[in-house]
Amino acid sequence: MSHVIVVTSGKGGVGKTTSAAAIGAGLALKGKKTCVIDFDVGLRNLDLVMGVERRVVFDFINVINDGIRLHQALIKDKRIEGLYILPTSQTRDKDALTREGVERVIEELKQEFDYIICDSPAGIEKGAYMALYFADEAIVVTNPEVSSVRDSDRILGILNSKSRRAERGEPPMKQHLLLTRYDLERVAKGEMLKLDDVVEILAIPVLGVIPEDDAVLQCSNNGMPVVLEPKCMAAQAYMDAVRRLLGETVELRFITPPKKSFVNWLLRRSA
Amino acid sequence: MRLKDFFELFRGTTARQPSSAARAKERLQVILAVERPLTRGQPDFLPLLQREILEVIRKYVPIDEKKIKIEVEREADMSLLAVSIELPHTALSRAL
Repeated sequence: MSHVIVVTSGKGGVGKTTSAAAIGAGLALKGKKTCVIDFDVGLRNLDLVMGVERRVVFDFINVINDGIRLHQALIKDKRIEGLYILPTSQTRDKDALTREGVERVIEELKQEFDYIICDSPAGIEKGAYMALYFADEAIVVTNPEVSSVRDSDRILGILNSKSRRAERGEPPMKQHLLLTRYDLERVAKGEMLKLDDVVEILAIPVLGVIPEDDAVLQCSNNGMPVVLEPKCMAAQAYMDAVRRLLGETVELRFITPPKKSFVNWLLRRSA
Repeated sequence: MRLKDFFELFRGTTARQPSSAARAKERLQVILAVERPLTRGQPDFLPLLQREILEVIRKYVPIDEKKIKIEVEREADMSLLAVSIELPHTALSRAL
């Protein structure tokens, strides 16, 4: 059975696209055939983050409106077997996303893929609604910061009331918290909301905590999903999240700052 | 530990003041307690409430639609609904 998962947040800039790319790539590395769809019509970026921007010919909107076949628009990742990207349009606007069109594409993808990851735009307008409407599960990407937590709470309300599952009175969508840009040192100093605070407020289970890591920017600079840099903390944290998504029990890492011993200091310098 | 933090330990400032993270958590809990009932499916009933109150009062006293004011003050564990209606100075003279 295939799973449709929306990666959403309400607030912009919290790491939705980075997380959709990392988790999509991680699922493919775990042998699941995965397609990541960009729902941010007019502000296409998943292609750039995943390094396939020069290979876009047709897009999601062409498949919905212009009679282009799905397989003409899907881009196969050259690094990871079983990973595909469905880019969106950079020139059209969100009205080009029709509910019937999105449904048709998702149903067709379900025939072939194990996981369909919907990368939602920021905000609570049409693109965001379309990205979450058909989802079975949601990954709510949140930064430990007041505006992001408030917006995540708002999105949780929308997931519970505006999705197809909610409209049909089906069992509610499974919701997961993905806390990103977690700065361990600032948390330790009491300058940043800690994981427990965010969990207490949003009251949904934790899928993962991604520590603030310079490697994330370097990977997006290079058009590489973070998980392809397996030594970095963020990649390990994303892979842990992927394993939890697949049902494994994995203990949380990177939630307390590393000890500042002389040996660690030496190791850090030589790395 | 930076030098500044070291001195702060002695001054006890970090212990006395609540951390900004604690303040963030508290503020979020308050605002979400207010917003959740409004954003999780319940319609905003205040405009309707205002109209109905106005209609009831009009049965007895002629009042100007613009002279009614409804305010809600929200806090974590309770809300205060304040309705103030300005009556024309002749309105109550007959009743009294």
